[in-house]
Amino acid sequence: MLIISYKKIISNLRLSIFVVLRLNHIDLYSLELIVMQKTYYDPADLRKFGKITEWSEELGEKFFEYYGKVFEEGALTAREKSLIALAVSHVVKCPYCIDAYSKDGLQRGITKEEMMEAVHVGAAIESGATLVHAVQMMNKVNKLEM
Amino acid sequence: MATKSLHKRNDELANANRQLEILSNGIFQNGELPTFKNKISETSQFPLKAKKLEILQINVGYMCNQVCEHCHVDAGPDRKEIMTRNTMKQCLEVIKNSGAHTLDLTGGAPEMNPDFRWFVEEAAKVGIKDFIVRSNLTIIRANKKYYDLPEFFKKHNVHVVSSMPHWTRGKTDKQRGDGVFDKSIKALQELNAVGYGMPDSDLRLDLVYNPSGAFLPGDQMSMEKDFKKALLEDFNIQFHSLFAITNLPIARFLDYLIASENYEDYMYALVEAYNPAAVANVMCINTLSISWDGYLYDCDFNQMLKLPVNSKARHISEFNEELLEGRNIVISQHCYGCTAGAGSSCQGVVA
Repeated sequence: MLIISYKKIISNLRLSIFVVLRLNHIDLYSLELIVMQKTYYDPADLRKFGKITEWSEELGEKFFEYYGKVFEEGALTAREKSLIALAVSHVVKCPYCIDAYSKDGLQRGITKEEMMEAVHVGAAIESGATLVHAVQMMNKVNKLEM
Repeated sequence: MATKSLHKRNDELANANRQLEILSNGIFQNGELPTFKNKISETSQFPLKAKKLEILQINVGYMCNQVCEHCHVDAGPDRKEIMTRNTMKQCLEVIKNSGAHTLDLTGGAPEMNPDFRWFVEEAAKVGIKDFIVRSNLTIIRANKKYYDLPEFFKKHNVHVVSSMPHWTRGKTDKQRGDGVFDKSIKALQELNAVGYGMPDSDLRLDLVYNPSGAFLPGDQMSMEKDFKKALLEDFNIQFHSLFAITNLPIARFLDYLIASENYEDYMYALVEAYNPAAVANVMCINTLSISWDGYLYDCDFNQMLKLPVNSKARHISEFNEELLEGRNIVISQHCYGCTAGAGSSCQGVVA
């Protein structure tokens, strides 16, 4: 639908650039190409994740099979796994994963408070990982100093 | 939070044809996503055919005390479409003579129809196996004249099915309006008090969960477990089953999807979650929906899209079970809402 793709494009570009392009009679198709070339992350690419099997079927399918198995109910519930995935998504800073597991959390009825706490767990480990290296710094300084 | 229906606002989406256009254009027209017809053809399930009638769902009017953001009926206090006693009498004749085992009253808030109690009393006499009233709960607390509804339902052994989007106040009020959560909790406690929803009680109380946003419902069983635990711990409330229902992209929910720029993603999610096993059990196969003015539809959604049954018998006055059985179900892209994941119907999952 025209209105929708129009809106999507606007959200990808600043309105001012959009207006300039329109004034220069650049059509919407070229505009979309420009958007594709100019951004590393496109939310619509998440839908195409499955296509990675096209260039290496065996490895791709094995990966998706493994992925699916990991998230099944097991010793941990699927709900707990979803929260872990959300925290890890932030730590590895994967925009696709953040979109996917924010939505997955909503679908499972996970509350905003639970989601935010999970992200703090990830952030605490990440900052802890930085800070624990301070011990190395302290060791080195102590060794070097007279 | 909307306070007026799309209808009252003269919004273009109040027009059923405009909604159908949107559902057929764009990503479905340019081939990005397959149409529902093409999708079910892949598994030789087209055309969908109605089987034996089991459930009669009667919409007794679009008037409601709430204006929920996701409402597929576009119901609200400003909707004046109300079933008359005369049409109800025609429905009663059909209930008596049809083989349907379930009668399902919906709206709007069905209780707001001035002849609602008369209709329930008459319908209860017919002795149908499962007599459902879809109550939004807050109506019970909306006005003194409704305070005795729990007792009234009990007297006529009505099976109460109520909407409860979440066990937290924030999510519920955001979808359904301020104060809805507290009133719903109070109403549930009152239903429990007369015996509804208690373990081993014959007075059935089921809850309906539908997502408060552009995402699909999670697993019905685990949602039920979460709801039961939270409602019991926090409010000492009990109920029987939870029906997880997918929001269909029509009326106010479609309006929301477009305004929030979630329409395409949502349609992708529905198509990706398409489950051919759910197609075999979609509710239109054994259900007939009757509108406030007595017209017949394959489901409540088709009623709102003004897509009449594909049959010579189109009105309750012309009801003919033999003519209707085997009819081709009228479909469009909104039907993906009933076939996603474990499927969705007014009774929850189907696959």
